[in-house]
Amino acid sequence: MDKALRRSFPVFVLPTLAAFCIGFLVPFFMGLWLSFTEFTTVQNATFVGFKNYIAAFADPTFLSSFGFTALFAVTSLILINVIAFALAMALTRKFAGTNIFRTIFFMPNLIGGIVLGYIWQLIINGILAYFDVALAVSAKFGFWGLIVLVCWQQIGYMMIIYIAGLQMIPEEVKEAADIDGANGRKRLFGVTLPMMMPSITICTFLTITNGFKLFDQNLALTAGEPGRATEMLALNIFNTFYGRVGFEGVGQAKAVLFFILVVVIALIQLRITRTKEVQA
Amino acid sequence: MSNKKAKRTFATLLLAALSIVYVSPLFIILFNSFKSKTFINLQPFTLPNAETFAGWENYLVGIEKYGFLDSVWWSLIITVGSVFAILLFCSMFAWFITRAKTWYSKILFLLCIFSMVVPFQMVMFTLSKTADMLKLNTPWGIVIVYLGFGAGLSVFLFSGFVKGIPLEIEEAATIDGCGPVRTFFRVVLPIMQPTYITVGILQTMWIWNDFLLPYLVLDQRYYKTIPMIIQMMKGSFGRVDMGAVMACLVMAVIPMIVFYLSAQKHIIGGVAAGAVKG
Repeated sequence: MDKALRRSFPVFVLPTLAAFCIGFLVPFFMGLWLSFTEFTTVQNATFVGFKNYIAAFADPTFLSSFGFTALFAVTSLILINVIAFALAMALTRKFAGTNIFRTIFFMPNLIGGIVLGYIWQLIINGILAYFDVALAVSAKFGFWGLIVLVCWQQIGYMMIIYIAGLQMIPEEVKEAADIDGANGRKRLFGVTLPMMMPSITICTFLTITNGFKLFDQNLALTAGEPGRATEMLALNIFNTFYGRVGFEGVGQAKAVLFFILVVVIALIQLRITRTKEVQA
Repeated sequence: MSNKKAKRTFATLLLAALSIVYVSPLFIILFNSFKSKTFINLQPFTLPNAETFAGWENYLVGIEKYGFLDSVWWSLIITVGSVFAILLFCSMFAWFITRAKTWYSKILFLLCIFSMVVPFQMVMFTLSKTADMLKLNTPWGIVIVYLGFGAGLSVFLFSGFVKGIPLEIEEAATIDGCGPVRTFFRVVLPIMQPTYITVGILQTMWIWNDFLLPYLVLDQRYYKTIPMIIQMMKGSFGRVDMGAVMACLVMAVIPMIVFYLSAQKHIIGGVAAGAVKG
């Protein structure tokens, strides 16, 4: 079996491997190399050492977009998960309409970031117009506008994961807690939350990486306005690449830093929540 | 007992109110799409009346002037083609690297995991240059790009499932004289059906809505996907035709709602299954 299987390598592995090289491996390593060079097209790259990285750190818009993104990611992480968890707790009880509510809360997930951005731009600007202001007036509006948007989009998704987690808690564990006389709060913190840690790990991982990688919604809702005050990291990198000729190397260096940042955050987050997971 | 019943009714009413708030953004763009363009920004929260009603005009402008239906067509071709390629090739790939104990199996698997955490911005510039060089800037070529960039998650989910299939089933097929290709298509593929649905749904939701990858890869003179055309209408400088934008937003949302309502059970199940494996 094994020998025959290995001979069929070209059929099974080659198509995906070739596409994986074109779509990921080659661009990835080429990107790493180009971040140490100066170039406008890929062919005319000249090695410049860490010059691009120094330029990236010296760019005030990059640092401010990092601050904005970090604050945004943490805020959205907390809001989305708390609300999604509460909804999941509510919708796993028995009352009329739980299935319809589930369907409705999940729905915005199927709408793409660009479309979402323009839907909310109309609504938020419409509301702000009553106070004679607009999204492009202050970074505060842009920040909370983006928060409302991602909450609307992602709460349903996380809720579904939490519901799946809640349904996997064995009945015996709940009964044991009842027999021991645990009240609502004790049950939540003593039983439900520890048993839900695998779901919490996944949802916090998804929301924090989504928060750091946010692009379409940012581009559509505020496009960085006012000035570049609501420009998040991904959009800042995009604008560095395509905004001005001659800055492609700096853009690529920022992209490498962004990649390292996302990996480090993902690893830290997984370590923190994984250690809190328990077995039933 | 009646206290409990009252509590349940209260819960239903509370969540019903929340649901109305939740769907209201969609209704707001729906009724704005029937207003003439000058009234949309001025009074976005009023229903169309005799003065502001524009009939189907915005839809006609969206379709005729901006070519919206072409973009629906391209989005459809790209999504169907890419998801089909991903399902077929990634499941074969995942089965091979899980079953064949070779020195490179583990490396390929780890590379797939690694690619899942890399943000698109890291490869965006070089990927668009590579795709350009290889002439992949068409709806057919972009399928290869999506297969490559989407392989990580798909291979990960498929191999998670393959690990759970008892080896004896495949060994029995081998003894009966099936080669690897026939074993895969006759035995493994039918067992993996639930994972095909999960992966298919997750990738459809991603590719249909994706903006940046097609924006950078496709030759925009000829091909635009739905998110690209909306960004072009709204993001370009000069006068924005808000009426046409509203109509196109509605037409962009409708296919996804139809897809959702027709496959709702699978979609919600697929999301939950995809997450549990992660």
